[in-house]
Amino acid sequence: MRDWRYRLGEHRGTLLALVFFVLMFAIYAGDHPAGFTANVVQTAANKGVLLALVAMAQTFVVLTAGIDLSVGMVLVLTNCLASWIALGSPVMVVLGAVGVLLTGAVCGAISGAIVIYGRLQPIVTTIATGAIYFGIALALRPVPGGDVDSDLADAFTGRVFGMIPASLVALLVVVLLIWVPFRHSQIGRAAYAVGSSPAAAYMSGVPVRTASFLVYVLSGLLAAIGGLFLTFITASGEASAANAGSYTLFSIAAVVLGGVSLFGGSGSAIGAIFGALMFRTIGDLLFVFDLDPLWQPLFQGVVLLAAVCLGSVRLFQIRNRLDLFE
Amino acid sequence: MSVVAAITRSALWRKIDPAVATAFCCIALLLFLGSLYSSSFLSPEYLLQQLKVASFLGVIATGMMLVILLGQIDLSVPWVVAVGGMMSTAATGWGPVGEALAIPFGILCGVGLGIVNGFGVAYLRLPSMIITLAVNAVAQGLMVVHTGGFSPQDSSSAAMRFIATGHTLLGIPNALIVWGVVGGATIFLLTRTTFGRAIYGIGNRERAAYLSGVRTQRAVLVTFAIAGGLSAFGGILLAGYASKAAQAMGDAYLLPSIAAVVLGGASILGGRGTYIGTVAGVILITLLQSILSVIQIEEAGRQIIYGAVIIAMLLLYGRQRREA
Repeated sequence: MRDWRYRLGEHRGTLLALVFFVLMFAIYAGDHPAGFTANVVQTAANKGVLLALVAMAQTFVVLTAGIDLSVGMVLVLTNCLASWIALGSPVMVVLGAVGVLLTGAVCGAISGAIVIYGRLQPIVTTIATGAIYFGIALALRPVPGGDVDSDLADAFTGRVFGMIPASLVALLVVVLLIWVPFRHSQIGRAAYAVGSSPAAAYMSGVPVRTASFLVYVLSGLLAAIGGLFLTFITASGEASAANAGSYTLFSIAAVVLGGVSLFGGSGSAIGAIFGALMFRTIGDLLFVFDLDPLWQPLFQGVVLLAAVCLGSVRLFQIRNRLDLFE
Repeated sequence: MSVVAAITRSALWRKIDPAVATAFCCIALLLFLGSLYSSSFLSPEYLLQQLKVASFLGVIATGMMLVILLGQIDLSVPWVVAVGGMMSTAATGWGPVGEALAIPFGILCGVGLGIVNGFGVAYLRLPSMIITLAVNAVAQGLMVVHTGGFSPQDSSSAAMRFIATGHTLLGIPNALIVWGVVGGATIFLLTRTTFGRAIYGIGNRERAAYLSGVRTQRAVLVTFAIAGGLSAFGGILLAGYASKAAQAMGDAYLLPSIAAVVLGGASILGGRGTYIGTVAGVILITLLQSILSVIQIEEAGRQIIYGAVIIAMLLLYGRQRREA
């Protein structure tokens, strides 16, 4: 373990996010009127896991120095779809859930194909595909409504062994089944390489295009898991433009707070998860301190602004003025 | 024969950007398709009305274009627009002096937020996507506290209504004249001043611009301040048009303003793009939205067609060069 310095540096962002989250959550739970009970944790976990899933979706793309501004729209689309098809007999429910996840992956694949093989900029492309996905969501649910299999919903939003929130277990399973294999696969390494330097990755024979394309598919898949989860929580489908937009923006905020570089090539989905949980806790902190809820958006904004300004600490390490402009 | 050759070789021909030409062709095509549905699409009243509606997006997209030319992006547009509208209507409620200063005050608030954006990008070297997102959140928080805590006036002043909805000479809408003035100033700024050269230079390569003696950090700060002021001014026009300001009034302008700039042939990576292209993009998007709603396609269908058309047009002329 002589390379511990290097390893620590590599995971610094993730560890910082973890520490900040634990601190904030301790203050939150400590000052909560009901105290640190299983109920408080369960409610907080359900809200946090939803954003964590969307933040993970964003992470995949951001690692390759891309950006997916359609994650919120895929979330809303899959939410509306799930409120139609995740119903009925157990077989139907399972088929429905699989269908929802496949839809998300297809949405991601379409965006990815246009960005990678159509050679368009990710920002504009995902704005446009996002509009399409939102339109489909609106066609599915012109007015909020629908339902979801309640047994399944309870299983995912309830508690395991009466203590641990099931949503956290579900998130852990998602991490173990999707993130860990991805990180240790050839495609995962390629995604990091593309994010660090596309030219060097290409010269080293890394499958640049395959990796850049697959991250969009994974992003769509993760957003669909989020959409399914949203349906479990609300037990209905709603094509809300405000929801779609804010989940997209929150996912970027969570990714940044979680130490993932928007320039690509560094950070991890684990960091993004803690970033998301931290972002949710920030919003809830004021509520605990019994301040006027009117101040909540401003407080959230100022904390976000302060947190992103911390990113400029690296300026102190710059020796040559020219390095500013890279 | 030789005349054609002379024209194609002339400087004027070469100056025409194929992307801008395609955008104008798309506008003509849209109008043609619309006129097949109803001849009223070609009536002067309809076209003037569209240009009036387009001028709100036009003013906002001008600021977005300046920022995109730098190779940055401004995601704080939604709430800076709302700040412009809401602060100017609030100032209107402060009595005669407030009413007289409502428009400059609203713009000034936008410039202030733009300066925060610019400081973060230029001096703190934060990615513009993050810092403008954070400023957007702060602006939203400020406005929520402002409306909830002080219940300010939300109806706009006579002057605001005049510049947004009035007509002066020859029945030309005032909003269009305002956009014309803003656009003329921007063209002058971009093509005839050293500041304009600096914007293109920074967008191409900030390092090179710095080494050539441009004070790049100050230029970036000023550009973001201008963009903030223009977004707020767009909000003031919108508040005048709707005769009141509302919290979510800017939400519908972020994505169209980016799309308009990019459809106008500007590179989202910075350093390349003309104002005439942005004008084409703004008109194109406004016409598209208007025609889709006139032929009574539902909101769902409108969104799908809107997104598909943007992608189709970008695939037509917005593709990047193949790498390696």
